[in-house]
Amino acid sequence: MRLRPALVLVGLVYALSAHAAAPGAAAPPFALPTAGGEIVSLAPLRGRVVYVDFWASWCAPCRRSFPWMNELQARYAKDGLAIVGINVDKRREDAERFLRDTPASFPVVYDAKGGTPAAYDVKGMPSSYLIDRSGNVAAVEEGFHDERRDEIEARIRALLAQH
Amino acid sequence: MRCSRSIEALLTALAVIALAGCTLQPPKPWEKGDLARASMRFDADPLETKLTQHIYQSKEGAGGGGTVGGGGCGCN
Repeated sequence: MRLRPALVLVGLVYALSAHAAAPGAAAPPFALPTAGGEIVSLAPLRGRVVYVDFWASWCAPCRRSFPWMNELQARYAKDGLAIVGINVDKRREDAERFLRDTPASFPVVYDAKGGTPAAYDVKGMPSSYLIDRSGNVAAVEEGFHDERRDEIEARIRALLAQH
Repeated sequence: MRCSRSIEALLTALAVIALAGCTLQPPKPWEKGDLARASMRFDADPLETKLTQHIYQSKEGAGGGGTVGGGGCGCN
């Protein structure tokens, strides 16, 4: 019986290093502020297809992904697509400078503490999570590759077609 | 009783070692903003580095230039 505390401790230590947002799993919830202080959270977006993109000002591929995400927003917002850009910069000015050069037509929220990327277990920058209408992760996209655009767009169209 | 105590000590040691591993974590992918700053470069000027490497490569090309690691024998 004396073994129990030690066992619990060992179990705890190893249990702390599990959980991720893998395809099929429920997307971890978040509620983060925009530059204007408005809170954007995942829960009210249930019923829409959500494209969550983690980005940073120092990430070069992010710069290329923004015009494309603006296009997606323009093309599919009316069909029920919601794009949310989650900025992970420590300094807000860096993000603001990025957005001046590379404007976003979708909502951008800020998580300088990094709680959300930790919950999603982001493996690299940028990382995108496609979430279906029932709030489950449908696809995880690591990095931004021009040759993957069509496939992601097809994926979005397929998810939008589900009701 | 003695056996269970030694297992307990072992498990505690294991937990302590596992916790010690948490003290120095490499930065997460979203924490690399500071590492990405220009002032974090090893070299001051990328063009100068390129030129220096080019000259070194042209002088030491026969020995593999800067791309081949020596074996420590002193012959390369």
